[in-house]
Amino acid sequence: MNAALVAVYAFRETLRRRVFLAVLVLTTAFVALYWLGARFVFSKTSGFSGNPVVDENVVRGASVFGLALFATYFLGCVLAIFLTLGAIRGEAERGLLQPLVARPVGRSSLIGGRLLAAVLVCVPYVVVVYAIVLAITRHTLHWAPDRQLEPMLALMLAVTIIAALSLLGSVFLAPIANGITVFMLLGIGMVAGLLGQIGVVMKIHSLERIAEASSWIAPFEALYQRSLFALTAETSGVTKTVLSLGPFGGPQAGPSQLWLWSLGYLALVTAAVLAAFARLDL
Amino acid sequence: MPPALTTRALVKRYGRTTALAGVDLEIAPGELVGLLGPNGAGKSTLTKIVCGIVRSSGGEAKVCGARAGSRSARAAIGYLAELFRFPDWLSAEEVLVLHQRLASSRGGADERRDLLGLVGLTDARRVRVSAMSKGMQQRLGVAQALVGRPRLLLLDEPTSALDPAGRRTVRELLERLREREIAVLLNSHLLSEVELVCDRVAILSHGRLVAAGAMNELTRSRGLEVETSAGVRLIEDVGRAQVPQLVRELVAAGEDVFSVRLVRSTLEEAFLELTGSDAA
Ligand SMILES: Nc1ncnc2c1ncn2[C@@H]1O[C@H](COP(=O)(O)OP(=O)(O)O)[C@@H](O)[C@H]1O
Ligand SMILES: [Mg+2]
Repeated sequence: MNAALVAVYAFRETLRRRVFLAVLVLTTAFVALYWLGARFVFSKTSGFSGNPVVDENVVRGASVFGLALFATYFLGCVLAIFLTLGAIRGEAERGLLQPLVARPVGRSSLIGGRLLAAVLVCVPYVVVVYAIVLAITRHTLHWAPDRQLEPMLALMLAVTIIAALSLLGSVFLAPIANGITVFMLLGIGMVAGLLGQIGVVMKIHSLERIAEASSWIAPFEALYQRSLFALTAETSGVTKTVLSLGPFGGPQAGPSQLWLWSLGYLALVTAAVLAAFARLDL
Repeated sequence: MPPALTTRALVKRYGRTTALAGVDLEIAPGELVGLLGPNGAGKSTLTKIVCGIVRSSGGEAKVCGARAGSRSARAAIGYLAELFRFPDWLSAEEVLVLHQRLASSRGGADERRDLLGLVGLTDARRVRVSAMSKGMQQRLGVAQALVGRPRLLLLDEPTSALDPAGRRTVRELLERLREREIAVLLNSHLLSEVELVCDRVAILSHGRLVAAGAMNELTRSRGLEVETSAGVRLIEDVGRAQVPQLVRELVAAGEDVFSVRLVRSTLEEAFLELTGSDAA
């Protein structure tokens, strides 16, 4: 009840901050760019593989849509981070938090409300952008991913985890330091993921270990990999091999328990935020 | 009725800094107590522990019999922080609505009207915080702290950002709170203000309570100021009881006595004496 109240006010605050306008404009620009790019790719590519066994439509579709997934993931994360980076320390420094915390509202309601507000913005955002780029891909490239729901669910969970991590950081760090830290974490996760892909393709075991470890430490990255993997999950043969050499390498399905672990990870991060905030002197 | 506030051997350490070194303080229901002390004495820390936004390192604090920080203790307090801000897109009325919800107050529109009237913001109820002067925001802060009929009001430097007229408004407001039987802990380093409204004063220095008592207990008699044909002079170490005798003696000595006034040390003098050099 109180968490919902806090969420409503946090949500209205974001609406006020013109964040939505900026996001709307930039997302429209991205979607337009994607649409142009996809049309361009469709009209200018045919017979590029020189191999009749390779399904060029799949290679083209999966590569271009892979790019769209990356952009959706990245924009969703940017939104998640900016909505939460100053939620605790930042707002306490501005004096906004103290009047609320002194009220007979559990601190957990405050955290729950803030997380809810962020998730209610960035998860629908990911869903909408995903749906739009999927429609564009179907229309212009005449291709659709093998699994259509899974990439979306994976990105939804990934941005939720990023929001929770940024909220955790906001208990300890000033807003700018927190923003930098979470972006770095995102970047490191990406590098580890790419190293892992190289390792798998080139059969380098130590790199594969890194990829494995990173999917436990940074499940948001593993979820993103999973979303890429799901695009061509049922594709096989030469086409699959060609795809795995492409710009997005051979995305990994990740551990079989990825979904469970990601939910557990989210629960752990949320518990850590609650514990840290409970002992914070304001 | 249990005291509005009791602290026993209350200690707070921030790392190596000891902000409170064992404070015992009691505020009776409806009592208006001024908490004085130089900057860094621990006034804000004490207030924050009482309202539950800072955790103590030792000792205990109780609000109306409930452990400070507990839900029922927080339901019994109203708090105005030293540095606070309301979302600047809310109107005065909306700020109160938010806090009514958070405090589960059933006061509704009547309570809001009453509180806005009390702080003189009736005409500004639709004005957004972003369009309010510092003084208006401060008064809105006081109204916010009164939402939900608190038994104990904690005001941390409520007037330090105000001009003399704004200070006066807050002072008058505190006087009116007496009628509502709300106990008040008023943090301030502005002595005159405390002197004017408080029933009792507690002086904090380096995290310790160095004095507590009614105003006339903290200030002491400095003697008698006498104006005679020979001029004005201060006669020390005499009290009220000795005045008739003294006047007779002066008259007998052939002096014309124009006025006689008992002089007490001011709160400021008591304060400087008790807190020593750190008040400079
Ligand atoms: N969050 C904090 N972290 C570390 N030290 C603090 C913190 N808050 C207050 N202090 C220290 O505790 C002491 C008391 O501070 P405070 O209660 O704000 O004093 P006052 O309100 O009387 O000016 C000061 O020495 C101050 O530096
Ligand atoms: Mg202070």
